[in-house]
Amino acid sequence: MRRPRTAPPPPDAGLSELDAGSSRDAPAGPAARAPRWPRPGLRRLVRRWPWLPILIILFVLVIPALFAPLLSPYDPLRGTLADRLLPPAWLDGGTWSHPLGTDKQGRDILTRVIYGARISLIVSSAAILIGAVLGSTLGLLAGYFGGAVDRVVSWLVDTFMSLPIVLLALVVVAVIGPSFVTIITIISVTIWSSFARQVRGETLSVRESDYVARSRVAGASAARILLRHVLPNVTNTLIVLATLQVGVVILEESSLSFIGAGIPRPQPSWGVMVAEGRDQITTAWWLTFFPGLAILVVVLSLNLLGDWLRDFLDPKLRQQE
Amino acid sequence: MARYIVINVIRGILTLIAVSIIVFALARLTGNPLDVLAPVDMGPEDQAALAAKWGLDEPLAQQYLTFLGNALHGDFGPSFKFPDETAGSVIAERLPVSLQLGFVALVLTVLVGVPLGILSAVRRNSWLDRTAKGIALFGQSVPEFWLAIMLIWVFAVNLGWVPTSGQAGWTSILLPSLVMATFGIAALLRLFRSSMLDTLGTEYVKLARLKGLPKRQVIWKHALKPGAIPPLTFFGRIAVRLLTGATVVEIVFSWPGVGLLAFEAANARDFPVVQALALFTSAAIVVMNLVVDVLYAYLDPRVRLGQRVVS
Repeated sequence: MRRPRTAPPPPDAGLSELDAGSSRDAPAGPAARAPRWPRPGLRRLVRRWPWLPILIILFVLVIPALFAPLLSPYDPLRGTLADRLLPPAWLDGGTWSHPLGTDKQGRDILTRVIYGARISLIVSSAAILIGAVLGSTLGLLAGYFGGAVDRVVSWLVDTFMSLPIVLLALVVVAVIGPSFVTIITIISVTIWSSFARQVRGETLSVRESDYVARSRVAGASAARILLRHVLPNVTNTLIVLATLQVGVVILEESSLSFIGAGIPRPQPSWGVMVAEGRDQITTAWWLTFFPGLAILVVVLSLNLLGDWLRDFLDPKLRQQE
Repeated sequence: MARYIVINVIRGILTLIAVSIIVFALARLTGNPLDVLAPVDMGPEDQAALAAKWGLDEPLAQQYLTFLGNALHGDFGPSFKFPDETAGSVIAERLPVSLQLGFVALVLTVLVGVPLGILSAVRRNSWLDRTAKGIALFGQSVPEFWLAIMLIWVFAVNLGWVPTSGQAGWTSILLPSLVMATFGIAALLRLFRSSMLDTLGTEYVKLARLKGLPKRQVIWKHALKPGAIPPLTFFGRIAVRLLTGATVVEIVFSWPGVGLLAFEAANARDFPVVQALALFTSAAIVVMNLVVDVLYAYLDPRVRLGQRVVS
């Protein structure tokens, strides 16, 4: 039972076949051959691309978010009372002018789901941008300089990882009121620590590499080494982490919105929609079902894409989590 | 080993101090407690008297130290919302309700997640492995609150097998604990699967097979023991999360535990209760991390001997 765990095994067969290395590092010899296009690695990459998740992310999240007003003729906030509580089109009493039905204020559910994508995308990109920039900066500094800097950053990471976030979000919202800025701030505060921890770990190992030692000997400044040598080496990790975090943030935003500590009420956040339909689950299930389904398929696709990216870009990461 | 434990205890204490500062600052910076405590028509003298009574006229640093000192004695002051009770007693009343639910969820998580993770690693790429992967993906992606409502709709409203909410007989615990277990099952399953795949690929497991030990013995003894170490960290986190009250699930099922209490207290601006709950939850996380770290060191000699395991 005291037997130590041995070093991580080599990447599995599927991965080595994919050969992540060759597609990224084109031969850079002095007499480099003209690049063939498509390179064999790339062709295999495209064939292995997780098409379904990507299409779902595009068509359920990104495109609705960008073109919401073009996709729907209705107002997401104002409905026609005459059309209240219409069921989805394929049920008795449904109409194709409201494919997914309407709520008790006569608002079109499909329209609100489309506008909900906009909220999910805005909140998750803003929160991840802030969290990633803040977290990776601190992670880079902690990993590179070590010592007191590292200890302070690690202490902050420990602290923020032990905070009861839902409770604090509830308090902040109860006091200053729900808004986009509040929810983005709260979520950024909760996710920066995972970026910091990951980047710190990567930086620690990159710091020991020969090329960092050599550029230090050559007189490069810490800032230059961090930006030119360390940062490019943690980019893959950041891409994978950010992709996986989009799903986490969407879940977090919708949960907080659901309990009233996120996006304020009339706004069509998917979490808000589920909360609004909750009381009518026995009579009008479509109010709750469709926005929740949107969350499920989007987050599921993001997780699939993230896992795929992780296997492709950064096999090391698979050991964790 | 002693040195290792001491370092980790100090780290835990520093973390808790930081948490207490954040919690205190949040409760104070987000508004003057007097606005909540004092009736609207109260005169300035009465307000000053009230402030003096609650110690609100002292400098903030002094107030923080008083708060910390009292907190160390388990005293968080009277609840604003339930004036005859202290924050501590309000929580003590509701905690067992959450523990009960969390315990069932935890048992469910372990009973489903661990064997499924091990089996899917052993029978890699079988139908069982693919099903397990599907479960893991679903559990990681489904919004808890939505799953809860859908389950209520199907099993409580349409089929009538279980009550829709509240605590009524043993059947009422089934749905909430299932919802709470979903994420844990998914995560534990994934962790066990990848960790078991690692150990099953090692030389000594191959050697054990080569020298003729039965497959069963190799899997459950040689591979499982080291393979169970990495998921341990996560298990600690999930246990705390389940046992300290899941706010979202408790709200949907009207389960009167500390999660629901947190929701009520925050909305009523009942700061003593909120502070007590926040510190209690953080302390539980810190203590669990400490236990996990020590266990980790006990199980993995490389940690204990000061070699850093790249995590």
